[in-house]
Amino acid sequence: MDIEHKIYLDYAASTPLDERVLEVMLPYFNEIFGNPSSIHSYGQRAEAAVEGARETVASIFNVAPEEVIFTSCGTESDNLAIRGAAFSKREATGANRILISPVEHHAVLETAHQLSKHFGFILEFLSVDEFGRIDPEEVKASIKKDTAIVSVIHANNEIGTINPIGDIATVCRERGVLFHTDAVQAAAHLAINLEVTPVDLLAIGAHKFYGPKGVGCLVVRKGTRLLPVITGGSHEYALRAGTPNVPYIVGLAEALKLTTQNLDTRSNSLRALRDQLIDGVLASVPRCRFTGHPRERLPNHASFVFEGVDANLLLVMLDMAGFACSSGSACKVGAPKPSEVLIAIGLSKSWAMGSLRVTIGKDTTKEMIDRFLSVLPRLVEQVRKNKL
Amino acid sequence: MSGGVDSSVAAALLKERGYSLVGLMLRLWSEPGREDENQCCTPDAVMQARRVAARLGFPFYVIDSREYFYKTIVQSFIEGYESGMTPNPCMSCNEKVRWGFLLEQARGLGAEFLATGHYARLQRDDSGRFSLLQAKDVLKDQSYVLSRLNQQQLEHSLFPLGDYLKTEVRAIAQKYNLETAQRKESQDLCFLGHKDYREFLTRNSPKIMANGKIVNRKGEILGEHRGLASYTIGQRKGLGIAVDTPLFVIEKDQKNNRLVVGYENELSFTELIATDANWIAGTAPASDFKAEVKIRYKAKLSPATITIIDEKNFQVSFDEPLRDITPGQYAVIYDGDVVLGSGVIRKTHFEGNVI
Repeated sequence: MDIEHKIYLDYAASTPLDERVLEVMLPYFNEIFGNPSSIHSYGQRAEAAVEGARETVASIFNVAPEEVIFTSCGTESDNLAIRGAAFSKREATGANRILISPVEHHAVLETAHQLSKHFGFILEFLSVDEFGRIDPEEVKASIKKDTAIVSVIHANNEIGTINPIGDIATVCRERGVLFHTDAVQAAAHLAINLEVTPVDLLAIGAHKFYGPKGVGCLVVRKGTRLLPVITGGSHEYALRAGTPNVPYIVGLAEALKLTTQNLDTRSNSLRALRDQLIDGVLASVPRCRFTGHPRERLPNHASFVFEGVDANLLLVMLDMAGFACSSGSACKVGAPKPSEVLIAIGLSKSWAMGSLRVTIGKDTTKEMIDRFLSVLPRLVEQVRKNKL
Repeated sequence: MSGGVDSSVAAALLKERGYSLVGLMLRLWSEPGREDENQCCTPDAVMQARRVAARLGFPFYVIDSREYFYKTIVQSFIEGYESGMTPNPCMSCNEKVRWGFLLEQARGLGAEFLATGHYARLQRDDSGRFSLLQAKDVLKDQSYVLSRLNQQQLEHSLFPLGDYLKTEVRAIAQKYNLETAQRKESQDLCFLGHKDYREFLTRNSPKIMANGKIVNRKGEILGEHRGLASYTIGQRKGLGIAVDTPLFVIEKDQKNNRLVVGYENELSFTELIATDANWIAGTAPASDFKAEVKIRYKAKLSPATITIIDEKNFQVSFDEPLRDITPGQYAVIYDGDVVLGSGVIRKTHFEGNVI
């Protein structure tokens, strides 16, 4: 099937670049190409673009421009937050514990694992309820006097559940512990106002909200000390060395600005389509369960598990039928394993191996959902039947 | 697809002929912790096949068959050795995994045919019946390992390389700029990596590696063996017996855990009984017929008379005595370049003296 006739239902994986974003990026590839660190006017024009982008992002999150650090992606932002804070805090106070949720993105989880395995930190996990939510009271009870940093994902990528970030941040602030949140999925759909939400560190990546791949940012609250992960020149307030990626930084700011316009209206229409999808799947596929929180979830996010289904194979079948989706357990080299997130919310292996994530976006129509619903039950049945 | 030159060129040839293609690779079982040693489906091989598919412009997917492969192939490989056989897991993999599980999945995806890079030819006669024939490249011919297939499987099979020489295949790869995995061709089993099968058996079935006595046909004890699975019929080296005339492994007496050795003339048999018969046409050509037989993949064709015992069993009587007939391997029956069928060698008959 031609790619033009395929239906893309994987907006949580990546989104197409908005034409308007592309427009504002283009001059910075060859016209305004100077190095922002240079003294001359070429450099100054590039620097102005980066600083303009910084102000845009800062005003959207309600922080000061110097609290916005541009990076190469959401993963790098998570790395800088966790690794940078852990080392810095330990050096300053001896705090040696890292407390995270069991439903973190791998960018946080694997960084924390490495710090524990190779650098002597003690890694501790919070628990989650059946929807994958963290209880702020448990965070409060789990913080110890030598806890260096707490990290809880804002909205989970696999099951779409939104965490009570404001309450968790408040608890951490009260206990005097740094709090980081991975808002890579959340930033595309939720209004984030850091004037009222006392998080210390917040990570985003541009390609989740119709910006380019290869650029992200980390909000670092004033007074939060980080040891840089990438060392070199004193770019980005000496927190992230390397010549700033000017066109991409401009693109991130523009995409974020466009995303936050009419956020409520867009969320409402996405939610309506999404609910049609969820109701349709639950009504037509036997031995199917919905995963994640029914209400506190990303407006574009639907996720399911099907008992006795090889999710890898279901994705292949869906792709052949013209639908691009994803699954937490899928693996491109054909060695799927149940995702940590689905195990954490209490699913058994026979359910967790059959997960499907369907995420919609600005180009999704009701007709596309109808077409998806017209083939999914048959394909699930076929995958179950073909299982040897 | 394996990422190697043969399956990549097979894909290129089909693309040239106008087929709409989907690339599939089987993720087979590897011993836990040894995944990177596997001969066929390492992450490197997956990437290689993915690049070939992208270059030729068709989708590519990896199908997980680890569990099924373990249950149907690895377990019977171990059980085969446990019962004194020398199993041929690649043959059963073709029968059950590739033309079983994989064909099923391919058909499920809407595919009409399962094409592979095997060197063999298919012919369809006027009545719609399929014949399996040796490849044009006799040195690369793989019809032996396809001899377990039936009409239903062949009907949905394509072997685009059957009419090409390996040298031609390499030239086509070059023409399409197919940078394929430069793995050396190996007779090793995929799940053993480059390691010896004995190490694998020691880890996975310690009891079959139990020491025992080496005896001659009269029952005289000549030495000590390191586990019957360590030896193959016809083996001469590594027996650890000092004698003037060389001794060879002629039989594995599983029941008494004894390795039977003898002189070279005792290795030759004129008969074998094969079981689990598969006739490609559906039935045997006659109850009694002349044909040529291969007793292992790289063996020569040997003239023989085939006598059908019943639906599942047949007897092969060779015109000349044959060395190294090994229970567990396959006897594949040819009429000229046509594969008639095959069976698993169950037992051999010692010349003039039935075991």
